[in-house]
Amino acid sequence: MPVVLGGYSVAWLTLIVLIPLSAVVVRSLDDGLAEFWDAITAPQAQAAIRLTLVISAIVALIDAVMGTLIAWVLVRDEFPGKRFVNAVIDLPFALPTIVAGLVLLALYGPSGPIGINIAYTRVALLLALLFITLPFVVRAVQPVLMALERDVEEAAESLGAKPLTIFRRIILPALRPAMLAGVGLSFGRAVGEFGSVVLISGNLPYKTEVASVLVYGQIESDNTTGAAAVSVLLLAVSFAVLMGISFIARRGHVQ
Amino acid sequence: MSKYVLRFTALGYLAALLVVPVGMVFYRAFEKGFANAWEAVTTPPAQHAFYLTCVITLIAVPLNAIFGVVTAWVLARYDFRGKRVFDVLIDLPFAVSPVIVGLALILVWGRDGWFHMTNVIFSTPGMILATIFISLPFVVREVLPVLEEEGTDQEEAGSTLGARGWQVFWRITLPTIRWGLTYGIILATARSIGEFGAVAVVSGKISGRTETMTVFVEDRFQSLDLTGAYAAGVVLALLGITVLTLMTLLQRRHQRI
Repeated sequence: MPVVLGGYSVAWLTLIVLIPLSAVVVRSLDDGLAEFWDAITAPQAQAAIRLTLVISAIVALIDAVMGTLIAWVLVRDEFPGKRFVNAVIDLPFALPTIVAGLVLLALYGPSGPIGINIAYTRVALLLALLFITLPFVVRAVQPVLMALERDVEEAAESLGAKPLTIFRRIILPALRPAMLAGVGLSFGRAVGEFGSVVLISGNLPYKTEVASVLVYGQIESDNTTGAAAVSVLLLAVSFAVLMGISFIARRGHVQ
Repeated sequence: MSKYVLRFTALGYLAALLVVPVGMVFYRAFEKGFANAWEAVTTPPAQHAFYLTCVITLIAVPLNAIFGVVTAWVLARYDFRGKRVFDVLIDLPFAVSPVIVGLALILVWGRDGWFHMTNVIFSTPGMILATIFISLPFVVREVLPVLEEEGTDQEEAGSTLGARGWQVFWRITLPTIRWGLTYGIILATARSIGEFGAVAVVSGKISGRTETMTVFVEDRFQSLDLTGAYAAGVVLALLGITVLTLMTLLQRRHQRI
């Protein structure tokens, strides 16, 4: 029985996920390494990849600060409507990504009510990615903050430490592994994100075209080998970052 | 003092990024009256998109629920070579861009793909495969921790007392994992309804034939039918908010047990 069930699990995962993903790797090398290199170093691809990585890093950084701040307020502060705010955090996970783009366009788009129009700019890109990655750091940090014993903080306070010192020396080190885990998820999600940026970014090559949109265009124009090459590079970057983060997080746990 | 600064920074950020924009999409959808919005989401292509999203979700989610329960059970109860690798590979769909998922499926199931299939890509089977791919890990990830925490005592007691494998599963295992399973199914359903990138790539976006709700939203937007786009967006947002409410209720239930 276990052999049958285990066999079914492995076979299903192989058919649905592993075979298709290996097809991407195989296709990317179809025309040889030189072609692969050309595909990922073409100026338009370079611009898209660089933009994706830089903007994802910025998003991850802002998420780290704002996510921790929001988690802090949700755990340590009391105010009316806190339960509602806590539930709202998950909205980006529950909302389809295409709607996320539409939602931001409704307020910050060409005919928005506040007179700000950021459509088809890099700011729009940033906003869309901040929207969809918001829950990661909050949800990673929140439980750790809840479990944090307050007596060390109180001890430090009674010994005359200032709030900022307490945060930097006591709270931050305890939160760091969770923050890193959340940041890693944010970054990974931002690198691959497509639905929320496709409407709001305008997809202008060299300006607002991110890697996933570039790949989409290449598929549309039947350049699957080029699309596969950029995909493999993206996959490699996401994995490297996830591995790195999990390594740092694990070392944090050991300490 | 600093308490209020932190509170208002956090709430201001959430309002500007989440709450006000989401409220705005509702306003924009009904700006020209409820009748207009209703008309926009009841045109034949809109109805077909809604129907297709339901069909795809109703096929993909049960398949993933079965895979999820079986896989979580195998991972929780048995040791085998390569288990760690298998465990990591299950999370792959979370790490891969939806566009890459679409590309991967075209390369395997497309006409010139590995399997030389002519009726998968640009039609419903391909879209179902894409949806199964992207929502694959949810049920495993919710059920596995429950099974690991619960241990095998009750199942062993059951089989000692003469229960057969299936009886143990229906009477002991399934009741134990029911909340985790429900939670996983809700998450997978939300993701399946909301998936855009992977489905868009393999669908070919044929209006009235291979458009799901999300692809329909993009189609309306690109054809400058903003009322249509916002109205369909509101339908999807309402589905999302329903899911969110269910999640919140379930979490509270989880914590009470």
